[in-house]
Amino acid sequence: MTTGTSASALDTVARATNTPDEPQPYAELGLRDDEYDRIRQILGRRPTAAELTMYSVMWSEHCSYKSSKVHLRQFGEKAPASDALLVGIGENAGVVDIGDGWAVTFKIESHNHPSYVEPYQGAATGVGGIVRDILAMGARPVAVLDPLRFGPADAADTRRVLPGVVAGVGGYGNCLGLPNVGGELVFDPSYAGNPLVNALCVGVLKADRIMLAHASGVGNKVILFGARTGRDGIGGVSVLASATFDDSGAPAKRPSVQVGDPFAEKVLIECCLELYDAGLVVGIQDLGGAGLSCATSELASAGEGGMVVDLDRVHLREPSMSAEEILASESQERMCAVVAPEHVAAFFAVCARWDVDARVIGEVTAVSPEEASRGGRLVVTWHGETIVDVPPRTVAHEGPVYQRPFARPADQDALVADDPARLPRPATGAEFRATLLALVASPNLCDKSWVTDQYDRYVQGNTALAQPENAGVIRVDEVSGLGVAVACDGNGRYCRLDPYAGAQLALAEAYRNVASTGARPVAITNCLNFGSPEDPGVMWQFERTVTGLADGCQALGTPVTGGNVSFYNSTGDTAILPTPVVGVLGVLPDVRRRTPMGFGGADGAALLLLGRTRPEFGGSEWAWTVHRHLGGRPPEVDLAAEAALAEVLVAASATGLLAAAHDLSDGGLAQVLVEACLRGEAGARITLPAGADPFVWLFAESAGRALVAVRPDDRAAMADLCGSHGVPWTDLGTVQASSTDLVIDAVLAVPLAELRAAWSGTLPALFEG
Amino acid sequence: MTARIGIVTFPGSLDDRDAARAVRLAGAQAVPLWHGDADLHRVDAVVLPGGFSYGDYLRCGAIARFAPVMERVVSAARGGLPVLGICNGFQVLCESHLLPGALIRNAQRRFVCRDQWLRVDSVRTPWTSAYGAGAELRIPVKNGEGGYVADRRTLDALEAEGRVVFRYLRGNPNGSARDIAGVCNETGTVVGLMPHPEHAVDPLTGPSADGLGMFTSVLSHLVGVA
Amino acid sequence: MPRVVVDVMLKPEILDPQGQAILGALPRLGFDGVRAVRQGKRFELDVVDEMTEQTVRRIAETLLANPVIEEFTVHTG
Repeated sequence: MTTGTSASALDTVARATNTPDEPQPYAELGLRDDEYDRIRQILGRRPTAAELTMYSVMWSEHCSYKSSKVHLRQFGEKAPASDALLVGIGENAGVVDIGDGWAVTFKIESHNHPSYVEPYQGAATGVGGIVRDILAMGARPVAVLDPLRFGPADAADTRRVLPGVVAGVGGYGNCLGLPNVGGELVFDPSYAGNPLVNALCVGVLKADRIMLAHASGVGNKVILFGARTGRDGIGGVSVLASATFDDSGAPAKRPSVQVGDPFAEKVLIECCLELYDAGLVVGIQDLGGAGLSCATSELASAGEGGMVVDLDRVHLREPSMSAEEILASESQERMCAVVAPEHVAAFFAVCARWDVDARVIGEVTAVSPEEASRGGRLVVTWHGETIVDVPPRTVAHEGPVYQRPFARPADQDALVADDPARLPRPATGAEFRATLLALVASPNLCDKSWVTDQYDRYVQGNTALAQPENAGVIRVDEVSGLGVAVACDGNGRYCRLDPYAGAQLALAEAYRNVASTGARPVAITNCLNFGSPEDPGVMWQFERTVTGLADGCQALGTPVTGGNVSFYNSTGDTAILPTPVVGVLGVLPDVRRRTPMGFGGADGAALLLLGRTRPEFGGSEWAWTVHRHLGGRPPEVDLAAEAALAEVLVAASATGLLAAAHDLSDGGLAQVLVEACLRGEAGARITLPAGADPFVWLFAESAGRALVAVRPDDRAAMADLCGSHGVPWTDLGTVQASSTDLVIDAVLAVPLAELRAAWSGTLPALFEG
Repeated sequence: MTARIGIVTFPGSLDDRDAARAVRLAGAQAVPLWHGDADLHRVDAVVLPGGFSYGDYLRCGAIARFAPVMERVVSAARGGLPVLGICNGFQVLCESHLLPGALIRNAQRRFVCRDQWLRVDSVRTPWTSAYGAGAELRIPVKNGEGGYVADRRTLDALEAEGRVVFRYLRGNPNGSARDIAGVCNETGTVVGLMPHPEHAVDPLTGPSADGLGMFTSVLSHLVGVA
Repeated sequence: MPRVVVDVMLKPEILDPQGQAILGALPRLGFDGVRAVRQGKRFELDVVDEMTEQTVRRIAETLLANPVIEEFTVHTG
């Protein structure tokens, strides 16, 4: 990126004032005519090249949320009252009070486009970025989860992208010492050429030590610390994240991708935590998308409103960088802190101990009431000249807001009308057997350990449950056992059929997953992956999704604490399936009480199916895997029933009733039986209710259900508990630890070894070598 | 008096807090040792924990070997101080030439994290005396460069002298020569292994408590010495 | 000798999984006729004029290479 600056003619504020008609390449930087005119109006002159850089990166879709803002407001407006929420939407991440003086912060973000261009580095820096968001809240990062979506599993490009993404997630997260405890791996043709690489991070802190991105206290120093600044991802945010890939699959522009240094981030984490412990930090912001432009404008507008920054003091990796490049650089592993002058020496001493480079680059300044009303004053100098003099609030928070047109897609009615009821179903025992084996071996339902074995799930020594369990469970307090459970889920097919219901189904599934471990769900984060907001059909999907999610969170009493929107996920004219990924955080008073999913320790236990089973196959894994069919309606949403089921699962865990529990979702009861039998290697004998349609009972994907294993002595108590919460339940059979088969009376019997071979062979066959 | 076991933290160490927890669970006092501090603070034994010291960008453990604290560790180890190197710590011990051989990229070229079965092949070290001979342990292994290599003469000598301390059972996770998971020096006081006993000290957070024996072993050894 | 290059290779008897992987991929990409691939590392050192080759060799054997598994060659001038 160049903005027409050369050493001979530094584009200072004075020069911009004197050359009002000089043409500027704002269109190349992604700004529209009206946006450029607004910048001129704000400044009362044309922007300098440096100012144009700042506005263009900060007003990009990625940073300004200009297309999504009008809808996202619902998350705040409909937020249920919650005493637990210490920090809500708007900060780097939300913070939830979990009791005993502890707080937890968590957030999910996307790094989709960079991961297609350079899978390893794109995925690695995606992890690095979300970890810094959590660190900036004052928390020690304690876990990550990575929901990943790719094109068809057998496509050549998936073979290029998937191994690199997985190695990047592992390479970065493992080196940071963060246990990877959950996530998703989903394949669908709509993600070909546009993988979804989302990353969720969880952090733990003392509730009284939250850090915020505020530049408070006139005279306080602004310190940039961490890695040196280089030409990484220059323009990456505005050009890369907001540009659709063309038909050839290659990005229209191929700017430099950021390269991650996990070691630098690891020492930065330890350094920051030591700085927080010593009380040396007034405010802090991580550097991610839009680099220093973002950090300085956000810090300044959240504090006194005034800041001066001298770019000559920024420690550069490449000395020949221009001021614009420094302002837009997305070099990783950097943080910006506001520090009282009397603490600067101590701050530098901690940095030196960790070999972290730190430089004072500026100072918090006072602003006049008039300047404050305009949005504060951020001044940036370079070679002794003023090259930026802007109200920071106009850069950080007063970007354009669009009311994009939206309309129900023309094909939506036909899609919904195409009910899967017309599809042929298995009827004989042999057909049921073949269907079961085909489903468990399908890429979406098969064993994911080829991927997850590349992630460290043990580091930090607090992992009480990790994938493939229902949710990751992390111990927070070693003495009391207090901990948290986190799960993330999404289902693009359901959302394609009905985005309002699909969003609520994603929420319900993650909520159910958390409750299945015994944890009480308390808050959510979301990553909204969509096509182009300039397409009214996509915008309709987005509006319906946000409304569904906001209404769902209100009904379940779990506020949205933050998240991320990723638009322009499409290849050519084809948008991805609308894919909201919802992360739910739950609290477990004692992780020793966690409920596992496997039947391994449950010999002789009675199996009960909780919830109501309906003939629901729209968007199901069966319809897709067996018939390549997507149509009809997704499963019915009943949030009151979800809440009641969760109450039962949490209460049963607390009273020790459950030997195992597993939530039902993709693939239905059959998939859950297979997973629970293979986890811990125990057979089971199932008898479906008299008169039940075995196909519906085994493969329907009705929501609001869980399979639980209870000791025979506890069966009556469990039934009472269900009855008192109005949760229907059905006796299904027993766990037989010594049996080597999964038997479903009058339907099928399959040796566990055969199930395991089918289930675990798929990914190695596709991606080994 | 409580035994003092030092845990070294290099920049990039990850499992130092886990190792300290294991030491405490075994009943000893965990003493943090800083890489830049050329002082062992009167510890009775040292654990070099897992992680990616200095990023492990050149070779695993290659830079850590030259840390000021390592000069003290190396000379104390030559004088009989019990030292346990876990994963990256094992790599550091090989780079420091306290242990023979080296660790290279896994044969399958991928990081691997899984619950691994091991057999204790030598109970004559201060770190394994609490185990029965041939005991089978289930302990997490997690590494990207855990393939143990040495020339044939060295491997033969290790076998002949009973210095193969741990061997992988039911599958070799990284292509290590002769399924070797851990080895010791001539006197047995310095032991290195790729799997992580500190992640197997409590069934709540690990696959078993089978790893605790390494930390209780050294405690009994130290009591015996004192 | 302002620029010195040190090449570090695994010893021939040490398995090189990365080289093996490249060797395996070549025929799939239509490149036949490659019998073996070994992957190594190249270090470029910008040094002062007075630096002797002997010192560079000491640097290589102390830090850049692990003599247990690797061998190195120094290229000057």
